[in-house]
Amino acid sequence: MSAKPGEMLIAAAERAGTYIPRFCYHPRMEPVGMCRMCLVEVDSPRGATLQPACFIAVAEGMVVDTTSAKVKKAQDGVLEFLLANHPLDCPVCDKGGECPLQDQTLAYGPGESRFIEEKRHFEKPIAISDLVLLDRERCIQCARCTRFASEVAGEAQIDFAGRGEQVEVSTFPTEPFSSYFSGNTVQICPVGALTATPYRFTARPWDLDQVESTCTACSVGCRVAVQSSSNRLTRLLGIDSDPVNHGWLCDKGRFAFESVNGDEVDAGPLPPALADAMVDVAPATAAQVVGLGASRGQFLGEAHETGLFEHGRLIEPQIRVEGELVSVGWGEALAVAAAGLQGARHAGGASAVAMIGGARLTNESAYAWAKLAKGIIGTDSVDAQLGDGLPADLALGLPRATIDDACAAPVLITLAGDLREELPVLFLRLREAIVGGSRLIEIAPAPTALSGLAAATLPIRPGDAPLVARALVGDEAAVGALSSHPQGSALATGSLAAARAVLSARSEGDGVVIVVGRPSYAESGDVVAEAARVLAGALPKATFLPALRRGNVFGALDMGLAPGLLPGRVSLEAGREWFAGAWGSVPATTGLDTAGILSSMAGSSDGDAVTALILLGSDPLSDFPDRALALQALSAGHFIVAVTGHPSESVDNHADVVLPSAVAHERPGTTTNIEGRVSRLGHKLTAPGFAWPDWMIAAELAGALGADLGVSSANDLADELHLTAPAYAGLTQSVLHSDVAHDGILVPIILGAARRADVEPIDPVALPGVEAVERQGAPPRVGMAGGDGSIDIRMASLVDAPPLLSGPGPAGNASAHVPPADSYALRLVSGRRLYDAGSSVTGSPSLTPLVPTLVARANPYDLDRLGATTGDRVRLRSARGEMVLEAEAAPGVPRGTVAVDFNVPAGSDGPANAVSSLIDSRQLVTDVRMESV
Amino acid sequence: MRHLAADRLARAKALVALYPQPRSALIPLCHLAQEQDGWLRPEAMSEIAELVGVTAAEVQGTATFYDMLHTEPVGTYVVSVCTNIACLLGGAQELLEHAESALGLRAGGTTPDGVFTLEESECLADCDRTPCVQVNHRYVGAQSAESFDRLLGDLRAGKLSDTVPAHGTLVRVQRTVGLVADRAAVAAERGAMAEAQAAQAARAPAPAGGGA
Ligand code: SF4
Ligand code: SF4
Ligand code: FES
Ligand code: FES
Repeated sequence: MSAKPGEMLIAAAERAGTYIPRFCYHPRMEPVGMCRMCLVEVDSPRGATLQPACFIAVAEGMVVDTTSAKVKKAQDGVLEFLLANHPLDCPVCDKGGECPLQDQTLAYGPGESRFIEEKRHFEKPIAISDLVLLDRERCIQCARCTRFASEVAGEAQIDFAGRGEQVEVSTFPTEPFSSYFSGNTVQICPVGALTATPYRFTARPWDLDQVESTCTACSVGCRVAVQSSSNRLTRLLGIDSDPVNHGWLCDKGRFAFESVNGDEVDAGPLPPALADAMVDVAPATAAQVVGLGASRGQFLGEAHETGLFEHGRLIEPQIRVEGELVSVGWGEALAVAAAGLQGARHAGGASAVAMIGGARLTNESAYAWAKLAKGIIGTDSVDAQLGDGLPADLALGLPRATIDDACAAPVLITLAGDLREELPVLFLRLREAIVGGSRLIEIAPAPTALSGLAAATLPIRPGDAPLVARALVGDEAAVGALSSHPQGSALATGSLAAARAVLSARSEGDGVVIVVGRPSYAESGDVVAEAARVLAGALPKATFLPALRRGNVFGALDMGLAPGLLPGRVSLEAGREWFAGAWGSVPATTGLDTAGILSSMAGSSDGDAVTALILLGSDPLSDFPDRALALQALSAGHFIVAVTGHPSESVDNHADVVLPSAVAHERPGTTTNIEGRVSRLGHKLTAPGFAWPDWMIAAELAGALGADLGVSSANDLADELHLTAPAYAGLTQSVLHSDVAHDGILVPIILGAARRADVEPIDPVALPGVEAVERQGAPPRVGMAGGDGSIDIRMASLVDAPPLLSGPGPAGNASAHVPPADSYALRLVSGRRLYDAGSSVTGSPSLTPLVPTLVARANPYDLDRLGATTGDRVRLRSARGEMVLEAEAAPGVPRGTVAVDFNVPAGSDGPANAVSSLIDSRQLVTDVRMESV
Repeated sequence: MRHLAADRLARAKALVALYPQPRSALIPLCHLAQEQDGWLRPEAMSEIAELVGVTAAEVQGTATFYDMLHTEPVGTYVVSVCTNIACLLGGAQELLEHAESALGLRAGGTTPDGVFTLEESECLADCDRTPCVQVNHRYVGAQSAESFDRLLGDLRAGKLSDTVPAHGTLVRVQRTVGLVADRAAVAAERGAMAEAQAAQAARAPAPAGGGA
């Protein structure tokens, strides 16, 4: 048997096919040797001794016995000892049926206990956060949860307290376990000691049905096992994908499935008549049905049909009649939609039709909509980003890094918002790399979760990023300009010098990975784009991770859902001929982006007016960083078709036609993550009511417009896609379903790079629940390698296909137009929070209470000038609007700026995205006055 | 919110500076706070966490491990009765039972007036004078039932304030000669560690856990 240098015996044995039982060992965390379940006999000069296999490294010539009588006795002893204080309440324990303690006791235990004394008792369960409950009686002190919190998440809000048999996992009284990653501790707990409120008591694992899929709550694309029962999602578990998520998920990705189920939070008591009707299907009386909070959803379906409850999802096509949305059939809705779009096109030409959104779609659906908009309707005014992204040609053209590249890079530069808020599992991966020795240069307008680990932090005010980027790469004029800059003092404290020192040995940018996103949504994306281009120009060997965060935004952009782009990462110009051949025609000129579309609809721009809009799963009133403009555009009386699964302000108040679509977990397909990794989505549920997959709506709408999209299934689209979209060449269905695609496939495919990923069987103790369910007859996908796994990718390029976008594009000089800061005004910074007013959070009752309270965070110096301090109310006034918020003194926020979270409501009434009322998207930066109230 | 008084805070900072790793000062800081309040208040644990760069939960985890750190309020006098083997043979069990009835509580409890906390403890390293008793971690010699009652009376009357300081007080004299930390050496060591880390970071091409 061979082992990697320093490899622990337990891991090497597992690779060689010998499974050694364990509890505390977890392949993604440091060993602690706490539980002694892994004792094996190791030969030594003094004879064979029992040693923990998780805690000793393999050595040359080592002789190990894992099944000797002595080992067996040790295993018996350890299990008997663990069970001495274990309550054995398996029949009412959520872990029952997938519990490593149950399974290993059965496989390795003594079968009988000699312990007849009273067991230890604790109050059970206690809440250690809003989402996680702890049953201390069941805990076996394996330290998985505490190690996860301190080692992986870097926030040790839980730790062992006490000593001896009184050891318990504990939070500090005033600090709950409020981590964004708390769900992982529940997943890796080898017993039922930690449970999560959304799943607790809702199912038994052997009743669950499972598919493997990809999380699309953000663009990291974590692998997940999606489990359901009776067409309702019950939970998501992380699957260990080596290049992506290492088994971890964030709590939003894990728990936002509730918004798919679409239950109302407070449905109220059932009237007797309905409840009686439901007794047929319920094993209980009406009162008990109501009492069964968690499982009530199973009966809601019936209640919905009687119209009693409002479903949290859009489930029927609707059209607006005399100001009200009324339910109609698909035929009527499609006819009204087609007539409206056709009318606009006849009156104003193809460019009178525009489309906003698409990042929630599968790649196949995005392709279908791109084909409908650009090939059939003929408009290029299509944008999957809502003014909150980066120029699409930049995002797709920059030399791309993978997440592994970023983690292996000696130097990381981040020019983005707080990654823990925006792309949580990417944060975990980068954090691990930085703790392990990568050096981080952070360019940020406000402190982030990575700031404490950065080798250098360069604080910027909105508008300054290009200047700071120039100074960083050694432009002496920029360094000079910074010294007289108001921010100069902060930079002069040595952070610029420190940052330049980190970069000094890498003048070409080799070994540098740059994460570029939007540090603030109150600053134009053009400013960041300019800074990114400066860095790309000066560091030609650096690679980039564009930190756009919407679920499948990279898939949508790759499918051409952006002005000036066509599917497969080609520009409209370069791809004109190719796509004219494939589709018949393509738009003549480059269209408008979201800001342009909304301005045109609002009547505030010259040129062809947009008079009909398709909202593709988007809600501009909340998503677009300029509420006034979005409101003006949507209220201007133009024709609006909404294709979406969830209600929103834009849809409820402004859509003329609502076409309900299937959402995540309700349709198959593929998705593309931040690295350009294409992976498959599982199809677990039947969409509720009359909702259809998005591609089908596109195909039917094309028909209603008198055209033919040329596809009649998602498979047809997948087959067409790899033949027409150049970056996706070679990505056939057989490749996607083969073992080489186990961890997804990076596009464009590099020929010869397709090798079978190391697929090891899933360790049921590392990921309890995933395999246990798998054994119950669900399709054997997880961790199963079939055949020899190799696949021949013949065609990874298409003959005569247009070239892919490449390079950052011309540098630009947006920053030259940033107005000078006026000393009475504060520059507004607006970053995202993980739990915001988006539909996945507001539709998930477990997450909704976690949306933060909106405050105005400012440097204590700036607050002092007003005589205000934390807790006082202040008024923020911009040229666009004003609002009153509580102030919070935050020394990390640079002077001269004020930070207000994006897409968070200011109170129970008022818009979901309060701060967007202050932002003027036509300005590069937003200045506000702050006054005490 | 500062909980430690200014002079203690200054001492806390000086203590943190004594160690190459700030978190090494965790236990000394817990004692410092206990000296101020008689027990380790949650506010103090939060502040210690901040001073040594760990979470409050970690401070609590450490504090609850050690018997001499109290995370619940204790009496003015913490009376510890050793019941380990030598003392047990010398009548510790009987003494403990006597103490419980004399104070009207069970070991681990505190009298309602907040004067006494009674503790059953492991070997106190005074095995030749059994059964061994300590008050606020000061030896008061082997005790019989009668002498124990006198001891309680004396403590209540304040007669022993010379030998028994307030609970939490570790040493009343701060050492300034002999074995004291060489601050310059610690600072140099810290610098060297930081340099070594930086050098290692610069050398390390790829942190573990990567791989395509
Ligand atoms: S709660 Fe679970 S994961 Fe945490 S120490 Fe106990 S058994 Fe281990
Ligand atoms: S990081 Fe993103 S992809 Fe991963 S679980 Fe969270 S939301 Fe989903
Ligand atoms: S001691 Fe090795 S797995 Fe717990
Ligand atoms: S046994 Fe009591 S002091 Fe040692």
